Amino acid sequence: MQDGKYLQTPLGENVTMTLEAYADTIIPGAKRGPGDRAIAGVATGGGAVQAGALELLQWDATGIHDGLEDLARRVNAHAEAYAAEQALRLDPTVPPFVALAYEHRASLIQRLTTPGHPEKEFWVLLALFCNMAFDSAAHLHTAQALADGHPGLVAMGIPSPDADGLWRFEDFGYGRALADPHPDTTPTGSPA
Amino acid sequence: MSSAVEHTDVLVVGSGFGGAITAYHLAAGGAKVTVLERGPWLESSEFEHDYKLGSSYTRAFDFVVGNGMSVLGGNCVGGGSVVYFAAMPRAPRFIFDRHGSIGRRMWPAAISRGTLDPWYDRVAESLSITKQEWSDVSYAGGLWAAACDHTGRTANPLPVAVDNSKCVNCNWMMAGCRFEAKQSLLVNYLPAALAHGAEIRPLHEVQHISRTPDGDYRVHYNVVHDEDYRIHNGNGVIEAKIVVIAAGAAATPVILQRSEATLGIMPRSVGRYFSGNGERLNTAVINEDKAAELLGLDRGDGVAYAANHIGKGPTVANWDRLDGSLPEYSRYSLEQLYFPPGLGTILAQVPDATGPSWFGTGKKELLRRWKSWLTIFTMIEDDNEGVFGPPPATGNAHRISQQMLGRGNLSYSPAKTTIRAWEQSDAEVKEILEKDGLAEVMPWTNDLVGAYTVHPLASCRMGDDPHTSALDDRNELRGHPGIFVTDGSAVPGALTVNPAMTIAALAERAVPGIVQAARDKGVAVSYGAPAPDGSRGGRKSVLPLLPSLARR
Repeated sequence: MQDGKYLQTPLGENVTMTLEAYADTIIPGAKRGPGDRAIAGVATGGGAVQAGALELLQWDATGIHDGLEDLARRVNAHAEAYAAEQALRLDPTVPPFVALAYEHRASLIQRLTTPGHPEKEFWVLLALFCNMAFDSAAHLHTAQALADGHPGLVAMGIPSPDADGLWRFEDFGYGRALADPHPDTTPTGSPA
Repeated sequence: MSSAVEHTDVLVVGSGFGGAITAYHLAAGGAKVTVLERGPWLESSEFEHDYKLGSSYTRAFDFVVGNGMSVLGGNCVGGGSVVYFAAMPRAPRFIFDRHGSIGRRMWPAAISRGTLDPWYDRVAESLSITKQEWSDVSYAGGLWAAACDHTGRTANPLPVAVDNSKCVNCNWMMAGCRFEAKQSLLVNYLPAALAHGAEIRPLHEVQHISRTPDGDYRVHYNVVHDEDYRIHNGNGVIEAKIVVIAAGAAATPVILQRSEATLGIMPRSVGRYFSGNGERLNTAVINEDKAAELLGLDRGDGVAYAANHIGKGPTVANWDRLDGSLPEYSRYSLEQLYFPPGLGTILAQVPDATGPSWFGTGKKELLRRWKSWLTIFTMIEDDNEGVFGPPPATGNAHRISQQMLGRGNLSYSPAKTTIRAWEQSDAEVKEILEKDGLAEVMPWTNDLVGAYTVHPLASCRMGDDPHTSALDDRNELRGHPGIFVTDGSAVPGALTVNPAMTIAALAERAVPGIVQAARDKGVAVSYGAPAPDGSRGGRKSVLPLLPSLARR
């Protein structure tokens, strides 16, 4: 029902890079090329970025779309403070969060999402949508995403549906008793 | 919107179990019934197998993040029954004798398993609930049964409201059943209510209630946009002699709190004593070789399991701890469940993580083994710790996304007894599934969105004590005659099993009292409709119980 109504907020390059780095920290993937700074390259195959995290985040249906620039600004400010605290030198040619190595990106996100952090809700929400891009491709029709080789759905091993786009499993169970039922089970099948 | 005020005899808020069951009986008995449902009205053909935002999966669900507790509920005509997994066990006998933290029996003296059984029978007849056979059990349920057996435990196929002759084991129940195998309210009570003249209005979200000068009620609603629920398209008012509130335990108390300004003071227990049904999830990653070697499992092609995605939600539960001789807060059930991607995968944790447990490289590896996941759903006895804060501007949450995701004002800080019960049940799940290296298990993290429930209860509960219950033992709101609450919020506390059967039985039981209240206000209505399909067995056995329920 959303086809043809894909409203996206245009983002600046630094904002995009920062959000990609955040998404890649949640579900990491391989670098898209030798010059890729946003993706840390700590995993093989596609991660949240390749799965379409930025497309999902920018979709107005999420409700997070109009806060992305603010989130990028905030996470970069946190990255600067983190780097100062850890005595890390940041490459000034990329946004501060992008300049962090993967383990530091992860460590910072752990801090930001820990219960008690005043901005925790924002960072959890951002992580939630990054994760959803990978584990459910919430910006795409599922059957089409699978047909197109979506990196998350394929990595999870979700099989393709029938030709009509619906899943059916003829073989679904072992077909035999595998335990004794509780001795107090009532005739209706409920606990006593 | 027209400025003329509409009138009805009985206004029902919500069309899940509490709303559909009461609407059917009251309409069948002759009352003019109007049902306001905040969610859309989806037909079976509209139930999609699609995770995309805007599909039936996100249109029919509501996920409200609170402080320490997040609630997943239905948001459509049919309510929770459209998205539920149709597991319908009755609550064990000991549940009705629970004290919780109030030092006395939480349930009304009039309700026990014995007195509720005839009402359970009515629901079983109406929803065609059947005891599953082993031949109906999914691979995941079979695996859980075999693991329980391997550690000297029992395991039960669950009673369910599923027509197995139509079920294709697609595991898309949460998006609505495309095949009409699941016995949601869309295939029984609701069509029967419509046939008797009830009117159902989707996308009508009730905000508050006020009183008319002659003692009737005025129900104020907003009309919600059919695609972007953040947008409202006007509002309106309907007057009714009787109001039945069944908006779900995460919404009913919010409507009543917001009505306090116009209706007058609410019972103290409105918006308190919320229970998440003690729910908790564990994710196990099965070692496929061990499943074959230890449990002798084989799907027929040499694969032992790898079937997380196949089935029909929960099919098997372990009930060894449902023992009334054990102390309160140490009894629980352990149920195999399917949890779809998108809503909960992020909360699954990496076993023995050295870095982050819910994201990162380890989490990606965990996701790569998703087909070998087995989810175990724990239902312990919690301590009714939830309290609702001030109501949001509209509805029960500030909506973030166009559908599904919102921020609510429910606070939940688990008591020591709750934490201990979760720890005890987590340890038992681990003991069962990690024995001999069968699997690695971790509970879901509570750090991100707090505890997580799909079965909110008790936020406007029944009882005998006016201080600790908002409703009397016939579901009438104390101090506000003619307002009844019949959804999960009326259930006094955690049940240790899936609650839909108990919510439905209590709604059936509430009907004679509502009929009497309507008659007292001059509505020509009687009690005595058969089951929605015309079956009469259940009705016969409740007839002797009517005098005590219809008293005023």
